[in-house]
Amino acid sequence: MAAFITVLFDGVAYGSLLFVISVGMSVTLGLMRFINLAHGAFAMFGGYTACVLAERWGVSMFASLPVVLVGFAAVGAVLERLVYRWVSRTRPLDQVLLTIGIAFIATAVASKIWGPYPRRLAVPEALTGQLHVLGVDLGIYRLFLIGMVVVITTVLHVLIERTRFGAQLRAAVDRPEVGAGLGIPVNQVFTASFAIGSGLAAVGGVLGVETLGLDPVFTFRFMVYFLLVVVVGGEGSIVGSALAAGALGVFDVVGKYYFPSVGGFLIYGLMVVLLLVFPHGLIRRGR
Amino acid sequence: MTAGGPGAEPGVASPPVALRTEGLCKRWGVVYVNDRIDLTLPVGARHALIGPNGAGKTTLVNLLTGLYPPTAGRVLLGDTDVTKLAMHERVKRGLVRTFQINTLFPGLTVLESVVLAICERTGAARRWARSVARLDAPIAEAAALLDRLGLGSAAHTVTRNLPYGKQRLLEIALALALQPKVLLLDEPASGIPAGDSTEVFEVIAALPGDVTVLFIEHDMELVFRFAQRVAVLVDGRLLTEGTPAEIAADPRVRDVYLGETASEKLG
Amino acid sequence: MTGRGGAIGAGLPSDRWRIWDAALWLAPVAAYFVFPDHLVLGSQVIIAALFALSLDVVLGYAGITSLGHAAFFGLGAYTAGLLAAHGWGEPLTGLACAAVVAAVVGYLTSFLVVRGSALAQLMITLGVDLLLREAANKAARWTGGTDGLSDLPVGDLLGVFHFDLAGRTGYVYSLAVAFAAFVLVRRVVSSPFGLSLRAIREGAARMPALGAPVGRRLVAAFTFGAALAGIAGALLTQTSQGVALEVFGTERSASVLIMLVLGGTGRLYGAFLGAGLFMLMQDYLARLDPVYWQLWIGCLLVAVVLLGRGGVLGIAEVLRARWTRGSVP
Repeated sequence: MAAFITVLFDGVAYGSLLFVISVGMSVTLGLMRFINLAHGAFAMFGGYTACVLAERWGVSMFASLPVVLVGFAAVGAVLERLVYRWVSRTRPLDQVLLTIGIAFIATAVASKIWGPYPRRLAVPEALTGQLHVLGVDLGIYRLFLIGMVVVITTVLHVLIERTRFGAQLRAAVDRPEVGAGLGIPVNQVFTASFAIGSGLAAVGGVLGVETLGLDPVFTFRFMVYFLLVVVVGGEGSIVGSALAAGALGVFDVVGKYYFPSVGGFLIYGLMVVLLLVFPHGLIRRGR
Repeated sequence: MTAGGPGAEPGVASPPVALRTEGLCKRWGVVYVNDRIDLTLPVGARHALIGPNGAGKTTLVNLLTGLYPPTAGRVLLGDTDVTKLAMHERVKRGLVRTFQINTLFPGLTVLESVVLAICERTGAARRWARSVARLDAPIAEAAALLDRLGLGSAAHTVTRNLPYGKQRLLEIALALALQPKVLLLDEPASGIPAGDSTEVFEVIAALPGDVTVLFIEHDMELVFRFAQRVAVLVDGRLLTEGTPAEIAADPRVRDVYLGETASEKLG
Repeated sequence: MTGRGGAIGAGLPSDRWRIWDAALWLAPVAAYFVFPDHLVLGSQVIIAALFALSLDVVLGYAGITSLGHAAFFGLGAYTAGLLAAHGWGEPLTGLACAAVVAAVVGYLTSFLVVRGSALAQLMITLGVDLLLREAANKAARWTGGTDGLSDLPVGDLLGVFHFDLAGRTGYVYSLAVAFAAFVLVRRVVSSPFGLSLRAIREGAARMPALGAPVGRRLVAAFTFGAALAGIAGALLTQTSQGVALEVFGTERSASVLIMLVLGGTGRLYGAFLGAGLFMLMQDYLARLDPVYWQLWIGCLLVAVVLLGRGGVLGIAEVLRARWTRGSVP
């Protein structure tokens, strides 16, 4: 029983990591209807940046988090302005192809600079070790991950549902022409959202170096997972993404622990089943 | 066309009904966009549906054709209850519509579009073994139809390169190619220059007597010229219906919709 | 692809053969004699072209966004492989079986695919592809797992032509099958069914209002595309006498998508052009440095999308229109 709880807990933690990275994609996909298959590249480069900061200047993971958040938010904003904006928002195939191309470029760049082997990043002292709770050993780092998810979900939820920016974003997504007519700076709102999503992805990448593994093919390897979280969780629903990520994480970890012979089979099967039963995702944004 | 229940006069045989609705409702959120609509179209009718913007006219047509299901009520085509039928099945039974906003195939030529419509009607569209260019009968039929509507010269123009007025004509051509029994026209003349729009209506008026036509229009001249009966839709409800003269004289209609200028025109 | 069916029929879809159709198909025939040492690569290009053609039916004509078309390629490949491994090495029947297996699975999955948005289509096709790859991986007892199956006893073509090491039989076989498939696809695409597919792609909103059962048409198109992909996969297995997990997976699905988009979707020859360009570039660049290959492909994709002209053939069309317009007084 204790083993099961630990596995469950590990699954939730894993899911939390997937969520932090994917939530940005949920924003761009659900709210902006933009399919960004290169989203994982932000996470990847975030992770690499933290590694470089740690190796060159001994910057701890904690300290690198805000740097990465702001830095990659800026990169996201620039990318949106320069490249993504020009791709017609009504042609999904174009978005798929463009972002696959960017994913290839990202993989090639990472390969060239850092080589094909996985990187390591030291977990801060304060987060190592385990907490003994009710007869079960819970890793502190994993608790931290789960905590981060709760914080991020709340902040995003409040941001989107309760603030003026969030209202502008929702209006701009529903009817850009009307939004623009009402004086909402639609372009800037989109850029800002994209920036937030990218920054969060990068943060997720930093947090996930040890758990998910960091190498040049990261972008493609996790593409399916991020898509899964966003599509199953419901496009645009932050809470839905959190739930989907949690479910996915649990299924993956539990599956690999108890049914190792089945492996990744379970995830893809689960995805197809979930898409069949909930064709619009777990939580549909009331439209 | 009756706004109330069926059968106005007892003991009089009513003409065969082409299309009928019973208590048709559509609710979006808390608003009833169509509220308990009872409509009866006898075979061969030339009826108009008018009403202010946002009254729910296009929604009614969408319900009749099956674009989305009603919140309540039934739609009957002839004797058959078609409320649960998908749109393409209703089309196969002769219920055809045009769209208020041109809903065409941008990359197809005018001739291709009409030939396709004809093939869909005859069932040839699922054939994969012969190329379209060899189908003499549909091509001839399409060419004749295009000539009737004045689109003959544009036959090989790609739809997206057509001027708006011609696109509107193509919209109607597609509907006519399906040889409808009941034809629902959603603002067919909008965007067509005044001279040409009468032509379009004359083509429609010249349709066989057993074809039933319901058209939504804002141009009152066209309505009074071509409609036998007019129904007025306001805020989702059928306010009243009657002959064009009756409608013009009805003070409620004047208040709500026609306005001073039109009633002056009619005296 | 227009033809003459009488004065008014001019401009309607037709599959009449033109001079340059014959010329284009003479090229690979000539290649057989001009490049006798590169026939294995040649077969691979032809097989890739057939695979891309099958995707063109699904994506270019039916407008379904598929990122998992390798699922059917792999199904065909393993069907042929398993048949050969278990004693049934006859190539043509193996090909037929592969087509059937791929078609059946394609038919079953098509119902999931046709009712979704572009994103849902992407996810489902991706999911099915990866699912099948995992299944093939796990069923290692039959499929050989990550090692795959090799040295398959593929029988002689028509009982006479042995699959030789130089790849001569393989080349001719692949070319013949690809040609037959091309003729078939060309006929289907210029038929009323093909026209209705294009119409669905152009204006899905109008089609039900024309009385067209959109779902059924898309199911048919998807199944057809799956069957053709299965044939391509089987060809690969039979000409190389082996099959491995890479017939499935995102890399193969993405590659064929790129090939098609590079050459131009909805234009049939785009599949061949794109496959040729892609395979030749890959052969050259990947040998230099795999990193350059990824970089190059990434940049090409970004360029193709941003230019928005529909691949090489699309650009060619735009240029030709400009040129003919310019030369008319």
